[in-house]
Amino acid sequence: MLTLEGATFRQGDFTLTADWTLERGTRVALIGPSGAGKSTLLQGIGGYIPAATGRVLWDGHDLALLSPGKRPVTMLFQDQNLFPHMSVADNIGLGLSPDLRLSAGDQTAVERSMARTGLDGLAKRRPADLSGGQQGRVALARALLRARPILMLDEPFSALGPGLKAEMLTLVAEVARETSATLLMVTHDPHDARALTPLMSLVANGTAARPEATGMLLDDPPPALRDYLG
Amino acid sequence: MPPCPAEAVPAQRSGAGWGAILTALLIALMLVAPLAALGLRLRDPNLPAGDLATVRFTLLQAAISAGLSAILAVPVARALARRRFPGRGLVISTLGAPFLLPVIVAILGLLAVFGRAGWLNGALGAVGVPPVSIYGLHGVVLAHVFFNLPLATRMLLQGWSAIPAERFRLARSLDLPPAAIFRHLELPMLREVLPGAALVIFTLCLSSFAVALTLGGGPRATTVELAIYQALRFEFDLPAAARLSLIQFALCAAAFALATRIALPAGFGAGFDRTGGPPGPPGLRRIADAALILAACAFLALPIAAVVARGAPGLMELPAPVWSAAGRSVAVALGSAALSTVTALMLALTRARVWPGLAATLPLAASPLVLGTGLFLIVQPFVRPADLALPVTMIVNALLTVPFAYRLLAPEAVRIRQDYGRLMASLDMTARARLRIVLLPRLRPALGFATGLAAALSMGDLGVIALFADRQQATLPLLVQQLMGAYRLQQAAGAALVLVTLSFALFVAFDRWGRHADA
Repeated sequence: MLTLEGATFRQGDFTLTADWTLERGTRVALIGPSGAGKSTLLQGIGGYIPAATGRVLWDGHDLALLSPGKRPVTMLFQDQNLFPHMSVADNIGLGLSPDLRLSAGDQTAVERSMARTGLDGLAKRRPADLSGGQQGRVALARALLRARPILMLDEPFSALGPGLKAEMLTLVAEVARETSATLLMVTHDPHDARALTPLMSLVANGTAARPEATGMLLDDPPPALRDYLG
Repeated sequence: MPPCPAEAVPAQRSGAGWGAILTALLIALMLVAPLAALGLRLRDPNLPAGDLATVRFTLLQAAISAGLSAILAVPVARALARRRFPGRGLVISTLGAPFLLPVIVAILGLLAVFGRAGWLNGALGAVGVPPVSIYGLHGVVLAHVFFNLPLATRMLLQGWSAIPAERFRLARSLDLPPAAIFRHLELPMLREVLPGAALVIFTLCLSSFAVALTLGGGPRATTVELAIYQALRFEFDLPAAARLSLIQFALCAAAFALATRIALPAGFGAGFDRTGGPPGPPGLRRIADAALILAACAFLALPIAAVVARGAPGLMELPAPVWSAAGRSVAVALGSAALSTVTALMLALTRARVWPGLAATLPLAASPLVLGTGLFLIVQPFVRPADLALPVTMIVNALLTVPFAYRLLAPEAVRIRQDYGRLMASLDMTARARLRIVLLPRLRPALGFATGLAAALSMGDLGVIALFADRQQATLPLLVQQLMGAYRLQQAAGAALVLVTLSFALFVAFDRWGRHADA
């Protein structure tokens, strides 16, 4: 269970507050205007920004002292999710061993996750030789191997076309289900939320609201959400 | 909302911090210890009249060299900026070569073209004009312009390419004549870039040694750097050498302090392939530009061609000492390059920026002979200085190339952290893993370039080695100078040819290694 206990995160003179819990395995979309703090929230949970007040807990354990890599979190950033000088297989292998000393068993696991994400035959390629969709698949294959209890997406597919994005989000849902991960994803698109995340949190006016059922929120939006949806 | 700054990632404590602090302290020690040794030797605080004349000449030749190089570079850079022709890229990258060219090789070439029995006097004699001499102030300036005109041209070219192409498009759409374009677009840029370019060259010429040694000399054309050498080697007047060294340090430190207040333009690196640039006016101006570019190329290429022409025939019959000196030079260059790169890397990899940057640029305030003399005074009571000639040369050369290596590595390291800091943190990479699988592979091009630069500069250096070595430890540049002094010009040219080939081979080898990095 992810608990945000009166947590506030500060970036410059911007402050974001969140005070709610999320059951293990749930999926929630963060929606709201640009600059409202959706990324700030993810970075706070991921450990890239310390909580100014309050606490971030996972299953009752305070995460404050854990560095980003030690938290029970995999995060897909907007860009720079892959190292351009490493092969696809190495980029994925980092999920099992951050110093790339892979055992034979690890290598088999890498191959399996590549097959699972549709990357067969691309092991030796570099990220620059891949399409945008394939690059997203590499990042997801690594998330699959890391199998952390929380998966967070900070719009990693925003550069893709609508068809490809939908395809990637389907894969995200599968990865989240197979790793029993709690999913938090930033989105601008209410359709994505309807298709993928039963819960939705409106991030606006310095607050990330308590997640509510996506359908209900979208059918009968509160004023701030109505302003955003237009 | 602002993007996540890399620094927001909780810093990982690692051993690299201590290594960098130790490195910075070592650099400081290597600068302070020689200065302290010099200070302790100082006897009489009064400056003899001879010293003042030497200081005056040093400043004069540096000022004339800097002014002339910077001013001559303006039309050359302008011609290159506004014309497109086959081989232009080659010309521009070749402009970076004199920076790596061993000074003694260029001098030999300049002598072959402008010397008493050179090509110029041959041509003048054929039409009955009395020969001109290359020795003295004008010879020193000629050599300095040879080295620094290309450097200034590259710095100005960078200034030109920094003017947005849209401005030139606007000027063209308004049909502005070249004079108006110059006044409104190019002059403001020149006012910004020229002082910095001139200051860089002035600083380089302040510690001119090999040029003054071969083309200057005598009471009327001696630089402080040369006077230090003469006091130590010919008169063995240690207090005089110490006094002159401290004068030289004061000059260099003043220039260094001035330089930190002015934004210095970059002289090497990539980034000249931009389209755009000022419009090239047609007609006579086109011919004038072509003539300018050709003249500049001839001025730079002829001396090198002369060395090749004179040295190549005797290449097979070079005496054995040339080859053993070449071996020593390569060994010193490799050692010094490795030391320089590792030192710069230690400083570039720290998260702190201010003190590592200061430690890495501080050597610019010293000069080879100042450090050499200080170290000479330190070791001389204990060992024969000649026995330490090679290690001392290696260390001093390494120290003096650290600023260049750092300037190449540090911005790259910052960029890697900015781009991949979050990803590395999210994957829980240890400091060692970050270094091994991310930082070093991604720094490889800069590492190759920096190491090649340091190796070539060290290979061609004729400074400290002249202070310490006797015949047994001569490096190749020193041997070339000795052969020149003995008027064995053909052998000198042959050895110079070996020297320049090895210098560039080292640079190219390391640079190639760097570029073979993956993606």
